[in-house]
Amino acid sequence: MKYLSNTASLELFPESCTGCGMCLEVCPHEVLALSNKKAVIQDRDRCMECGACVNNCPFGALTVDKGVGCAAALIKSMISGGEPSCDCSGGDKKNSCC
Amino acid sequence: MPELKLKVELDWKKEAVSCCECGGPALHPALEWVIGTVMTPVGPVPRISSTLSKTDYWEHFKCRTTAYRDDYRVVPGLYAAGNPDNNSDVLVSANYKYSFDMLRRELKDLNAWILVLDTKGINVWCAAGKGTFGTAELAKRISVAQLNKVVDHRRVIVPQLGAPGVSAFRVKRSAGFDVLYGPVHAKDIPAYIKAGYEATREMRRVKFPLSDRLVLTPMEINPAMKKFPLYAGFILVVFGLAPSGILFRDAFAGGLPFLLLGLVSVLAGALLTPALLPFVPFRSFAIKGWITGLLAISLSTRFILFPGQYNTLLLIFTYLFFPMASSYIALQFTGSTTFTGMSGVKKELRIAIPAYLLFSVVSFILLTMFKLTQWGIL
Repeated sequence: MKYLSNTASLELFPESCTGCGMCLEVCPHEVLALSNKKAVIQDRDRCMECGACVNNCPFGALTVDKGVGCAAALIKSMISGGEPSCDCSGGDKKNSCC
Repeated sequence: MPELKLKVELDWKKEAVSCCECGGPALHPALEWVIGTVMTPVGPVPRISSTLSKTDYWEHFKCRTTAYRDDYRVVPGLYAAGNPDNNSDVLVSANYKYSFDMLRRELKDLNAWILVLDTKGINVWCAAGKGTFGTAELAKRISVAQLNKVVDHRRVIVPQLGAPGVSAFRVKRSAGFDVLYGPVHAKDIPAYIKAGYEATREMRRVKFPLSDRLVLTPMEINPAMKKFPLYAGFILVVFGLAPSGILFRDAFAGGLPFLLLGLVSVLAGALLTPALLPFVPFRSFAIKGWITGLLAISLSTRFILFPGQYNTLLLIFTYLFFPMASSYIALQFTGSTTFTGMSGVKKELRIAIPAYLLFSVVSFILLTMFKLTQWGIL
């Protein structure tokens, strides 16, 4: 299953890539592949902007506008003006507790 | 050793109580899954059972259907599965007990350590997205558990879905441990370890089969149904309202079909759309929900006694309002899927929200016009 086409904000900077393959390992949707010892975005529409690849690239070769892909969280943040977060069921009380 | 066991459990319960500064019991109170202790150079570590009990499964069911999941936690820290030693693997998990249980039930034939991070009772993937299952917390737990004294190697196995929060090279830098990304599902861990810490392509991919989608639907239906009494009250008032007051007979006779159609639209958005997700055309969840809602409503109006079909205003209202409600509810499912991203949802909302507002206003006007014609004013 794929989501909206050409919307994912994933960017790859090949000049910084060393081809270590770490991004391929952590991506849950095989968005990236290795080609000529460099990572390439092979299927952008599968990217869910989770940020795993960006977070684990030691060379800063990837960027993404990471966030929750959740309508309820985004609507809530539009109304309250806060950052979107996925606290849908838990009360704030409980999350601030421990 | 019974004395030692008792002491550990007491200390442990003490920690459970003092864990939350505000005093809430964070720990699942019955420690039936702790079956003993394992001695380490830094003290005894609770040994956990790798068999889930009926209680565990019942609690999991409650997590899937109610707010029980909001406070279903284990105390963060080190645990032992089987009889691990200084060479055994360390598996990192979240302190949502459901996640912890999914891991421990796969460790029947393994001797391993489990390092539980404090993710505020949230599962690995969601907590990684928030950053609570993250680099800093992992480094902290490695240090608090004195992992460098418990094991001789310097590696921890982190679930692949922890990667949005954990940065392997930063953990190496700050805690001195190598992060190995294990498979997505705990069930693949034994095979992953056996293969020399190699995950197959299949083990690394997240899918979203029917069973995974269905298990999420109760928590889609519940929040929608919480708003239902408000809707029901409104509909009954609209149909019962007469110049002389509220007529109960009219309220139910006129309102009942619309209450049933309301239920249909909830089920279309919260159950049918997730269930039929790959088969409903278009990638937008708002459109998927609208299509499913439209089909469900047109089928229902054939079978549910529907006096509205003799009234054009109510007919337009029906096809305007209910598919829109399904669409809105289906859009909420983006928060539960394994493949939707923020940019896409934002794009949908930019179009969907103005459309919902417009549809709602027009629906309200249609109902008002219906009442005015009913009273002979229009």
